[in-house]
Amino acid sequence: MDFEFIYENIPLYMEAAKLTISIAAWGILGSIIIGLLCSMIKELRIPVLRNIVQFYIELSRNTPLLIQLFFLYFGLPKVGILLSSEACAITGLTFLGGSYMAEAFRAGIDNVAQSQRESSYSLGMTRQQTFIHIILPQAVATAMPAFIANVIFLIKETSVFSVVALADLMYVAKDLIGISYKTDEALLMLVVAYLVILLPISVIGSWIERRVRYAGFGNRSAVSGD
Amino acid sequence: MSEYVLQVEHLSKSFEKGKAVLQDVSFSVKKGEVVVIVGPSGCGKSTFLRCLNMLEPIDEGNIYLNGTVINRKDKNVSKIREKIGMVFQSYDLFPHMTIWKNILLAPKLVQKRDKQETQAQAEQLLKRVGLWEKKDAFPRQLSGGQKQRVAIVRALLMNPEVLLLDEITASLDPEMVREVLQVVLELAKEGRTMVIVTHEMEFARAVADRVIFMDQGAIVEEEKPGEFFRYPKTERAKKFLNTFHFEALEI
Repeated sequence: MDFEFIYENIPLYMEAAKLTISIAAWGILGSIIIGLLCSMIKELRIPVLRNIVQFYIELSRNTPLLIQLFFLYFGLPKVGILLSSEACAITGLTFLGGSYMAEAFRAGIDNVAQSQRESSYSLGMTRQQTFIHIILPQAVATAMPAFIANVIFLIKETSVFSVVALADLMYVAKDLIGISYKTDEALLMLVVAYLVILLPISVIGSWIERRVRYAGFGNRSAVSGD
Repeated sequence: MSEYVLQVEHLSKSFEKGKAVLQDVSFSVKKGEVVVIVGPSGCGKSTFLRCLNMLEPIDEGNIYLNGTVINRKDKNVSKIREKIGMVFQSYDLFPHMTIWKNILLAPKLVQKRDKQETQAQAEQLLKRVGLWEKKDAFPRQLSGGQKQRVAIVRALLMNPEVLLLDEITASLDPEMVREVLQVVLELAKEGRTMVIVTHEMEFARAVADRVIFMDQGAIVEEEKPGEFFRYPKTERAKKFLNTFHFEALEI
């Protein structure tokens, strides 16, 4: 193991890690927004839009990210839309993550007791008001474990971005191997880099999960003996 | 203005085709009147109450609030529900909000009322049901009886024309039933218009101006409480009332 080589190349990995993190952060933010929009459209049963949402979710969940990126990077220019590597990566990740987030929120929404809706409606609140003030806050709490799993999943998915010529961690590692033939060192650093990014998220994630579980609201046991 | 707050004409409803849950139900509630609906489980009394609030769609008939028909597609259902308060068996407070937020949410969001005025009324109501100190607690920190009293306050704070109470003590421990019913009795005394579904016969007798006995989706008897509990006219009502006499149990 060439530790000097490892030491020399740490800055290179740091740069790549920064890029990976920033693309992932934007992509995840986009996913959350798309996910919320989709779950809202489904909850409010908006005609036509909900069919489009359903189609999008099936399309996005049943095709690999790699293929989605190919389509964005090599397909779209053919119809005159040229996206930069970064834009491709963020769009691709959002396209994939949006459906996963939508499904996670959906599960959380379904878990909110129907009687919560009725109790809100009976106070004269509209469907929208009920969704925003009553359903969503409770749904987010129950969706938290799935949400955090999705965040980690999406960060890992960034490892395919090198195919759109983005100098992320995977790209740098492959590059180093090509130049120096120091495969073991380059791959070790790659693994360590992903661990350094993901472990803290995982730890913070389970801390948040515990928090919201203890907050738990006692929702399920609203009716004693039910 | 009609003298009736609520009026129902020929209401029918079925969940499945051919299986009627409510058949041709007509009734009316005057201002300040307390109507108690009793009947065996599955007789349709809860469904009936939910229809009044349009939580259940109805197949036929008309519902009037202060003389205006409300069960029309073009009516703004939220605007109508604002005027019809409802309290449920399972309390259904919003678990992610404090008691204070629970009761103030709808007046603020739906009625856009003056904050100070609403808060003053909320304080007065909470004090009245003895839960002022609990205003910053979350629902899960309260007992069932306390939660139900909060749910009543939450409905009252909307200043509804009529209050619908759907078996509000059915999931409470016996020692908590009294504290909730006490609140309802006081509301009745001060002239609130209420429609109450309950299994507490003693309470029904005490609170009702009129008792309605329902069975198999239809109104079978409609009487003053004194009459109904002492001299039920129909066999079905007699049989129903007998189930509350435990001395009649054969051991």
